[in-house]
Amino acid sequence: MSAPPALPRWADVGLIPLINVLAALIVSGVVVTIIGENPFEAMMVMIKGAFVYKGSLGYTLYYATNFIFTGLAVAVAFHAMLFNIGGEGQAYLGGLGAGLVCLMFDSMLPALVLIPLAIMASAGFGAIWGAIPGYLQAKRGSHIVITTIMFNFLAASIMVWLLAGRLKAPGQMSPETRSFSPNAELPFIHDIANALGMEMARSPLNLSFVVALLACVGVWILIWRSRLGYAIRATGHSAGAAQYAGIPVSTIIIITMAISGGLAGMMAINEILGVQHRTILGFTSGYGFTGIAVALMGRNHPVGIVLASLLFGALYQGGAELDFEFSTITREMVLLIQGLIILFSGGLAYMFNRPLAHFLGFLLTPRHAGGGRRG
Amino acid sequence: MTDASQMANGGSTSPLAIELSAINKSFGDVHANRDVNLKVVSGHIHGIIGENGAGKSTLVSILYGFYAADGGLISVNGQITTIRNSADAIGKGIGMVHQHFMLVPNFTVLENVMLGHEGSLSIEASAQKARNVLNKLSEDFGLTVDSDMIVENLPVGLQQRVEILKALFRGAEILILDEPTGVLTPQETEQLFDILRALREQGVTILLITHKLKEIMAITDDVSVMRDGEMVAHLKTAQTSPAELAELMVGRKVLLEVDHTPAKPGVPVLQAENLCLTTANGIDHLKDISLTLREGEIVGVAGVSGNGQSELLDVLSGITTPTSGSFRVGTNEITTQRPSDPAQLRRLGVAHVPEDRHKCGIILPFSAAESMILGYSGTDEQNQGWWLSPSALEQNCADRMHGFDIRPPLPSLASANFSGGNQQKIVLAREISTQPKLLLVGQPTRGVDIGAIEFIHKQLIALRNEGCAILLVSVELDEIMSLSDRILVMNNGQMVGELAREEADEQQLGLMMAGIGAEDGITTSQMRAGS
Repeated sequence: MSAPPALPRWADVGLIPLINVLAALIVSGVVVTIIGENPFEAMMVMIKGAFVYKGSLGYTLYYATNFIFTGLAVAVAFHAMLFNIGGEGQAYLGGLGAGLVCLMFDSMLPALVLIPLAIMASAGFGAIWGAIPGYLQAKRGSHIVITTIMFNFLAASIMVWLLAGRLKAPGQMSPETRSFSPNAELPFIHDIANALGMEMARSPLNLSFVVALLACVGVWILIWRSRLGYAIRATGHSAGAAQYAGIPVSTIIIITMAISGGLAGMMAINEILGVQHRTILGFTSGYGFTGIAVALMGRNHPVGIVLASLLFGALYQGGAELDFEFSTITREMVLLIQGLIILFSGGLAYMFNRPLAHFLGFLLTPRHAGGGRRG
Repeated sequence: MTDASQMANGGSTSPLAIELSAINKSFGDVHANRDVNLKVVSGHIHGIIGENGAGKSTLVSILYGFYAADGGLISVNGQITTIRNSADAIGKGIGMVHQHFMLVPNFTVLENVMLGHEGSLSIEASAQKARNVLNKLSEDFGLTVDSDMIVENLPVGLQQRVEILKALFRGAEILILDEPTGVLTPQETEQLFDILRALREQGVTILLITHKLKEIMAITDDVSVMRDGEMVAHLKTAQTSPAELAELMVGRKVLLEVDHTPAKPGVPVLQAENLCLTTANGIDHLKDISLTLREGEIVGVAGVSGNGQSELLDVLSGITTPTSGSFRVGTNEITTQRPSDPAQLRRLGVAHVPEDRHKCGIILPFSAAESMILGYSGTDEQNQGWWLSPSALEQNCADRMHGFDIRPPLPSLASANFSGGNQQKIVLAREISTQPKLLLVGQPTRGVDIGAIEFIHKQLIALRNEGCAILLVSVELDEIMSLSDRILVMNNGQMVGELAREEADEQQLGLMMAGIGAEDGITTSQMRAGS
């Protein structure tokens, strides 16, 4: 029954995620061995595929951009003890917002006006899609987990309806909008690098990566340096104390969900403005859900989220390489490895806390004779 | 150990139900139990007395398996044992009645008693068996409760009986009661004592944890005194006196008299008229409360806890809106139609030290500096605009820590890592520093060590002398009597009387708290019992 001594912060934030990932990799290695491949070889392929091969780093960072946005979305909500499962739907609607702005104004406005407008629209649409479940939670007591999941399905239906109908480009069959004009495109990083005279391989990495990093700074300032962030954290840690303090808990829940939804919605700028240059069906491909694992692993802190996003970006990109190199390792195998990482760093995130705390306690506390008697 | 303790324990030949030796337990830097020894004679009622925070609850938690001791030995009925969890304790015949009842409110008495001991897949057969056992227990010990009543509909005193029955049902021969009378009226307390005496007749050993001297004197055979995590004395109750026990508890002559000069009441700050609070399912928490508070006076609200005092504080601080009635703060009137909220009332100069500082007063994972602006995070003056500057927060916190002698003086330390007294000082420093016109205080010294109590009392008096109106709610009569200029008594959601400072004595207050002595002669507790 004895509680282990509390983990020091560096261990909680640094060591535990590492141990979790390691555990997942060990189990993955066992599976790879069972199907008859060398796990170390597979590991090398994955690392090279994610970081070393030409253009691979760009792909890794491009995936990471998505995870940063959706991870931040989950984290912000979590600081108010709200479990936002709806990142997927909020990102999807964000794509609608960005798409609508571009479709309407791409022939009139210059890039410098159009792109910020489209970014705001993606955040705005995501925010609304997050704020509605927030409202339902705050005022009607509908549980946020249930409503945000339902809102994912609603978002998917709305997008199918629009992309197969009103928004479908005239004269073609696929459910997507027409391509935007070039002034709605966020520049690729390799284009910028080449323009500056630096050699860089082609990849989908675009300026939204910078926007994502700015969003990290923004979230950090919001949560730990603003009055609003104080209210969000107070609400999350102790609703009783928030009520006593006169913090309008319902309003804070709605605002938090709006910010969370807005961050998820901004994922669309990477996919829609950065890569696709049109709004397509299903561009969110589960990034919203992976954001939950990213936030959990990143301990809801922007720095942790960037690191976790890099890991998941590397898994996505390196996993594709794995699929390509080994005939026995299929796409499903790669999904399994990702699943194991999510399982260990999400579902079992705190499994190693107690053993590690006991171990560290054993290492760090001076022992003296006679202290070990137990009643 | 004192000489008396050797007399009490060393010379005794009676079998021991429990023997603890050299129990140690630390929480971080707090040494909650330090080499604690205890011998409980089988078939006796043994009291453990000590102030809040002396380590009594930690000790029984170790005995009941909630905590593992850092070191020491536990023997039950002469055998050295290890108690890893409560199941172990129950297996050894130890039962516990917690301060806060562990009952399923919407289950019947029978269902609560048999919970966890259903026995077989079919609930019917075991229910019948349990009913028989329960009836026998009720007969043997005079513990009469209707076993088909829903627990939440029972008065508190009867709920406590269910807890005792639960323990006995599980075969407890040693019964631990942790502060059992905190929620009882004096009459219910008397009934509880009758039950305890009956249990003793049947050979049950009882360990009674309390901080009330009167109860120790009334019911126990032996008494052990704890102070600052240590056992300071073991005595035969018949051979000691309340004065001796009090001195042992506190470690010096107790003189909890505050330097209290006559009040100079000024203009009314708070005027409440006919405040009522009724829950959706028709339970009245407040009935027609009217009161006036003036500048420069402390008005105490006495009452057994759970008689509407908490709800009164919630309404006056804006956390709850009254269902009818109104109150005026200065010239601002707050009614059901024009409700207020805690933020607005703070702007009107109403500060509030909440009863439950862990749940409301501070946020445990927040740093002290952050807890220091709880309630003022939107308005404090060290910061501007939308932003909070950690250095400004910490500077502000450090200043207040200095002024209120909060230890350790570390603004960045998590609020959870301060002792109860220092946490309370954080709350008090925050609420007093805004120079309020009206201060609502709930249980200002609950779980606070003696040094901090004196400090807090002095601060309250000083604040009153500066002209603040203070409404003091406390279950500690001594505190009410030593601080208040006027005393209001609450019972069952009503104000049942008012006494001036000079005319208040403990007997009279006790009767009024129990609802006896109301002017019309019909008492609320009788009405409750009769309904």
